[in-house]
Amino acid sequence: MSSSIQFASVDDVRDRLAEQGYIASPAVATTVYLASVLGKPLLVEGPAGVGKTELARAIAAAHQAELVRLQCYEGVDEARAIYEWDHAKQLLRITAGKDESWETARTDIFSEEFLLPRPLLTAIRNDGPTVLLIDETDKADVEIEGLLLEVLGDFQITIPEMGTVTATQKPFVVLTSNATRELSEALRRRCLFLHIEFPSAELERQIVESQVPDMPHALTDSLIRIINALRAMPLRKLPSVSETLDWARTLMALGAKDLDPELVSQSLGVILKHQDDIDKAREKLDVAQVLE
Amino acid sequence: MTEVVDRLVGFVEALRSKGINVGPSETIDAAAAVEVLGFDDRGLVKEGLAATLIRRGGQRDVFDQTFDLFFPKAVGAPSATLQFEVDDVEVSDIRALLAMALAEADLRALEHIAEIAVDFLGRVGQEGTNTAGWSAFQTLERLAPSTLIVPALEMRTSSSQGAGGSGGASQQGSSGTGEPAFAERVARDEVRQAVEAFREMVAAEARRRTAEVRGRELVTQHAVRTGGNQIDFLSANQHELEELRRSVQPLARKLASRLAAKRRRRRRGPIDIRRTVRKSMGTGGIPIKPIYVKPRPSRPELVLLCDVSGSVSGFSQFTMLLVQALSAQFTKVRVFAFVNAMAEVTDIVKESTGAGGSELAHRLTHEARVTNWHSSSDYGSALVEFEENFASAVGPRTAVVILGDARNNNQKPHFEALHAIAARSKRTFWLNPEHPSRWGLGDSDALEYGEIVPMYQCSNIDQLSNFITKLLPV
Repeated sequence: MSSSIQFASVDDVRDRLAEQGYIASPAVATTVYLASVLGKPLLVEGPAGVGKTELARAIAAAHQAELVRLQCYEGVDEARAIYEWDHAKQLLRITAGKDESWETARTDIFSEEFLLPRPLLTAIRNDGPTVLLIDETDKADVEIEGLLLEVLGDFQITIPEMGTVTATQKPFVVLTSNATRELSEALRRRCLFLHIEFPSAELERQIVESQVPDMPHALTDSLIRIINALRAMPLRKLPSVSETLDWARTLMALGAKDLDPELVSQSLGVILKHQDDIDKAREKLDVAQVLE
Repeated sequence: MTEVVDRLVGFVEALRSKGINVGPSETIDAAAAVEVLGFDDRGLVKEGLAATLIRRGGQRDVFDQTFDLFFPKAVGAPSATLQFEVDDVEVSDIRALLAMALAEADLRALEHIAEIAVDFLGRVGQEGTNTAGWSAFQTLERLAPSTLIVPALEMRTSSSQGAGGSGGASQQGSSGTGEPAFAERVARDEVRQAVEAFREMVAAEARRRTAEVRGRELVTQHAVRTGGNQIDFLSANQHELEELRRSVQPLARKLASRLAAKRRRRRRGPIDIRRTVRKSMGTGGIPIKPIYVKPRPSRPELVLLCDVSGSVSGFSQFTMLLVQALSAQFTKVRVFAFVNAMAEVTDIVKESTGAGGSELAHRLTHEARVTNWHSSSDYGSALVEFEENFASAVGPRTAVVILGDARNNNQKPHFEALHAIAARSKRTFWLNPEHPSRWGLGDSDALEYGEIVPMYQCSNIDQLSNFITKLLPV
């Protein structure tokens, strides 16, 4: 059983993602293609804001597939990840049918009507093409990883009262992680691993051009050069692709023609999220001026 | 096909020897990936293998270097050198080419120049013997690329003022006359990065050429750097120390969550009636799952005594920064530094967290009184001085961690001072960056100190994180 999402070749991946506004590097395109052919889940790591979640969105959009998202957080459990019985509704049902026997009530209250499917079950029961996004896997507790192993291994879920649900089509699974916690070796082994770094200058220029088409070329170039210079500095939070795009949009909204120190200094808050970082960057950019 | 399989298995073995744990199932995945992708495009094969064989970030460097050895992009002398008819290419010619490529930050041109430079300048040893090879060090020494930063910068400014767009293949339009001057401020950094990239290219090319004469396995073993978590603190070079410092924050975050989890798991409080009753609503008022009160966190105090003398300073500084970054996990962290005199440096370390470079080292030697009249380390007198001046820092809730190689320069070891510290503290540990086989040799008092307090080897990040999460009381 291969994945319900199929690509013809690596180039096909790149073109179809580009149609959705996601410019994929060769590494991203190759890994996505392999994941679709080998039918393995894709584990995406990288700094915040490089487009990990966006990748899953773009893959789903490229195939008009349904995107099912499980957002992980500390304390997420089976009830939030797989399914849950609607207890309140079950109680109402039992009180409503006072005179019937326990046998009938039991078969009735453990039926489809009282089941609350959560993302994992939804993705497995889905008939059409599906992309299952398990976001920020590292935020979840270790126990959930065991659960994921089981689900991602066989793509089936057993509900004791109703029987086993098996996927008719394997969903395309994307797990993302910010590496706040080491994911277990077992989970890593079952996935294809993709580390998305900050893009090269060339790739980032393409991304800006596709997302902010009105931007003048010269402005894009200087913008990317400044961003890359900032990334080389020891900052607490390095500006990521999403910050680059925010900045580009800000500059467009301000009607900037080219970058001048005044403008950069004012809009640094868009790309840097800590006050010390902003101070450091200001100092650095001014020092360069002194040297000239 | 068997040849491909052999090459792949050899590659996997080389990766294992470099600390990337690749199991058989990954190897099978990799083979499947290669089958799907074919061998037409080297870039595709590389990404395909990376996706299947690598399991975490930070392994990519090792992977890339090893991949270039096992699946080289060319064999023998590079085609770029064939353009040169004459045998004796002058160093100055290559330097001129390099300056131009640096000015344009043209990575492809840089790569060609690296190939040429290694071929002409890097040859070492006797041809035909097992000393033959190509040396990146020698190439870079003769080429001195960092002296080209200034000329490259000049070239860049003159070309952007002049006609513009002169052959800037990789940067369409960026060198045109419309170039805003402001972005030029970062030009120096850009050229510096290009030089750094060039160094890497030369090293990669030298490895490739040497592997052809000396065998891939040998070159992998010696010339490919090990991954960040395995770098030995004592033998790390400047570049690697920088890398270590950069990893402090992410590592601290990771360790903090492990420590927090350990603390959560360890104890549970009495039943929380209110929340248990509330939770039981879902099951018709029957309290199926009791809820416990979360215990109040009792965090230990931590006192670090760090040897900051030259021999172990890299290790000490890294650990200081790491512990400071972890300070939320402890009630109180106090850091003391010594060479032969003890001084409290908690504030200096706190201010240096997050700042990169050698700032910490500089401030430690200039603002703290860590030496008396001589400058070699003396654990005995440092410990005695700690007992005299800072005895109140250690109490029954304090964990004391001593960092150092216990090389006492044949001074009096003063075991009784360590005894006193260990007796008053909750736990005392000694972390020694040296391999246990060297403990007790020469002027090392490690074995004697190790009898008083437990001593652990701690020579890389893996061992250090292991110590922090497994042994430190939380």
